[in-house]
Amino acid sequence: MSDAQHALERTPERFFAQQFGFSDRMAGQALGRLLGGPIDDGDLYFEYRTNEGLQLDDGVVKEATRNVTQGVGVRANSEAKTGYAYSDDITIDSLRIASESARAIAATGPGGESVAVAPRAHTHDLYPIDTPTTDVPLAVKIRLLEEIDARARAVDPRIRKVVASVTTEHKVVLVARADGEVVGDVRPLTRFNVSCIAVDGDRREQGYAGAGGRLAFDGHADLAHLADLAQRAAGQAIRNLTAESAPAGTMDVVLGPGWPGILLHEAIGHGLEGDFNRKGTSAFSGRIGERVASPLCTVVDDGTLVGQRGSLNVDDEGTPTQQTVLIENGILRAYLQDRLNARLMGLPATGNGRRESYQDQPLPRMTNTFMLAGESDPGDILRSVKRGLFAQEFGGGQVDITNGKFVFSASEAFLIEDGKVTRPVKGATLIGNGPDVLTRVSMVGNDLELDLGVGTCGKEGQSVPVCVGLPTIRVDGLTVGGTQ
Amino acid sequence: MSTPSATRRQLDIDRARELIELACRQGATAADLLSIDGDEFSVTYRSNEVEKLHGAHSRRLGLRVFVDGQVATGATSDTTPETLERLVSELVANARAMGSDECAGLPLATEIARDLPDLELADPHADSLDVAGRIDLARRAEEAALSADPRITNSDGSTFAFDASHRIYASSCGFAGEYPSTTFSLISQPLASADDQMQRDYYYTVARHLSDLEEPEAIGAEAARRAVRRLGATQPETGAVPVVFSPETASRLLGSLGSAVCGASLYNQASFLIDQIGEAIAASPVQIVDDPLENRGLGSRPFDGEGVATRRTAVVRDGHLQSYLLDCYSGRRLQLPTTGNCRRSTEGSPSAGPHQLRLLPGKLSPEEIIASVDDGLYLTSLIGHGANLVTGDFSQGAAGLWIRGGELAEPVEECTVAGTLQDIFRGIVSIGSDLESKRTVSAPTLKIAQLMVAGR
Repeated sequence: MSDAQHALERTPERFFAQQFGFSDRMAGQALGRLLGGPIDDGDLYFEYRTNEGLQLDDGVVKEATRNVTQGVGVRANSEAKTGYAYSDDITIDSLRIASESARAIAATGPGGESVAVAPRAHTHDLYPIDTPTTDVPLAVKIRLLEEIDARARAVDPRIRKVVASVTTEHKVVLVARADGEVVGDVRPLTRFNVSCIAVDGDRREQGYAGAGGRLAFDGHADLAHLADLAQRAAGQAIRNLTAESAPAGTMDVVLGPGWPGILLHEAIGHGLEGDFNRKGTSAFSGRIGERVASPLCTVVDDGTLVGQRGSLNVDDEGTPTQQTVLIENGILRAYLQDRLNARLMGLPATGNGRRESYQDQPLPRMTNTFMLAGESDPGDILRSVKRGLFAQEFGGGQVDITNGKFVFSASEAFLIEDGKVTRPVKGATLIGNGPDVLTRVSMVGNDLELDLGVGTCGKEGQSVPVCVGLPTIRVDGLTVGGTQ
Repeated sequence: MSTPSATRRQLDIDRARELIELACRQGATAADLLSIDGDEFSVTYRSNEVEKLHGAHSRRLGLRVFVDGQVATGATSDTTPETLERLVSELVANARAMGSDECAGLPLATEIARDLPDLELADPHADSLDVAGRIDLARRAEEAALSADPRITNSDGSTFAFDASHRIYASSCGFAGEYPSTTFSLISQPLASADDQMQRDYYYTVARHLSDLEEPEAIGAEAARRAVRRLGATQPETGAVPVVFSPETASRLLGSLGSAVCGASLYNQASFLIDQIGEAIAASPVQIVDDPLENRGLGSRPFDGEGVATRRTAVVRDGHLQSYLLDCYSGRRLQLPTTGNCRRSTEGSPSAGPHQLRLLPGKLSPEEIIASVDDGLYLTSLIGHGANLVTGDFSQGAAGLWIRGGELAEPVEECTVAGTLQDIFRGIVSIGSDLESKRTVSAPTLKIAQLMVAGR
């Protein structure tokens, strides 16, 4: 099959036409019912998603899951109001009812004329694939999981339990917008997880590692890469066996590269989302142009990176993604916007309107959020700290966007004593104040890394895949929630 | 606004049985099915207008097939006969590619629920409130919040939500059951500001029956009181002090313990409570039960996710661990009988979980407990994911009020509380009388003798 035929096969318009009888006329009529009068904006969001999961539990391949989800969400906006309705049926009838329901938020009368609908091509092609990752045979996936399991166990005899899993998603979306543009996207998503339990006497510890992205399955089938994942998870469990209690109180902290970028996601990113700032409920509200970080810090959100977990060709409102500079040399530059909040704030949409599924209204969300590399050597950063904490792996985080307080929890950390990384300490939660924490970044490394593709962000009950990244940085005075 | 496709059922028990028979004809040795139909509605009233109105009807069907010890699961919202037949044959083929697990399988005939109790999970008068009435509840809560105090200057809105669902479960071991349920909730989230500081808090009510909801005015006013009392918060000094957990934060602690006593954490060797049956894991006055048979309970169920009769299980009695919470699979892995704790959604595989976990109340009022602390922390908010169930290590972001001389004093924030869950539960010195039914996992006010608070 030629490339052109492949391209045709994966056209979302064509997929929804074949599967559900979608047509421009159907979309145009539904948009007509939805819009007109006091309705400022609205859209139809069609989704067809297949999720597959497979787990290897102590060497036994357990339970394959395969879930198929389909539906259409219909939204109407009038000023700051949102009406939303969805249906699991993608039919003319269900579209009519949902359109009328969504419209009812702001208008009592019937909608306007049918809207002229035309397809729009993509500006990006960030995750081209030939075979949906959900169609890769189970046997191929099982072999990879068995490889991970064997490699993890080979790390140390104290590894007693290994659970390896892979989840794949193939999602086809189509957005019909108020302006009549119809834009679709086909989104692959894969994730491998390894979790290990190590036991030594009475001591029991766990280690975790994961990796993935919006890549063709072969992108992960590299055995060296999977071996590294197994090594990371098993190594972390083994190192934690000898970890001592973490210190409590305020101290200098060095964050390693990659996933510790969750600091930016919690401390900065959420507080810069357009909805909170339009409503004035964020600790960053009204602070564009102010200094919120040291001059060493430049932070961007970039949905256009090839194959990354947070990347999108278009967001869930059909807006092409872009790189948005949030903080430039320490100065706050921009918010992350969806269409609703951009319109109300008189700013351009930034391609950050995302939703978990057709059941949810879009919200301004992050994509891939990271700090640009600086000039310091990572070794020099560690050597600069007299006594402090070096944290290189983290679990989750959370933020209160109104008072700005955020936490993120280290899952692997070490003491720094006289510039040397010494003893491993137990995981601890770090807490700080978003608008202030980056002002205390005193060194930025030259070793920017993105996380391996494991981030999931929750907001108003909606989960979306995201990516974070960070070079090694030194933060002067962060509160460490240990016990000693 | 009308709800789309209201109350159109996708299938009935007879059709569920047919699908299971179809799976068995295609080679499954056993199969089960869960179907959930639901209507959802929510309205957010913010400042002086409706901000969001959501409505939908959803339906979902989950199917699990066994080929001896091999298992596959699948789910779909497309319930046309062709799709379901294709799903069944795919799952049978997928199951055959799995390794064999001798613990996999449905319950024994003797474990299946016989007489299903009526737990009043659905409000017969759910429709008595029309859309205008629902909006009005949100509006009243919002207005009460905004007018409660001049320092309430903004809001994330007040939301009323209603959902009604109908659940059908059937399996090839002969069980078929169904029940409807309803849930109503009202939450208010105002913002307070003073001296360049903004604080947000919330308060809510949730119930199976509309008539059991608290008054909207009370919700708004309490939410406002909570937001205002956070104003002026500063970072406390680092030190080990007594900590009083509010019902909200005490329930988070109980949730961690609840996860650690569930089947998968145990057979995965991922729990600090492995091999602890009979041991003293908490202070002697601590009683913890899982009770899915409470009338109108948010976590109540007449049968569990695999058709086993639900029951009241004593998890901790007089501080000693009495029972784990198990489904059939984890029970077989641990060579113990199921406790009827199979939790299941239409997606993926079922697993054991608490239905309605309660740390039973004591005799002291929260005020009496606070009065017993000379210098310590009253913890009202925990953020983050800092509970490690494998080791019991606990370190979470915290906010609350400092207690001085037995009275609530200044607000504090940007601190952490840390210890181990083992020490925290053994360190419980007072248990409040204020157990609330609005959470599926609920504990009253608890005083812990000493915990490390990290701040300045």
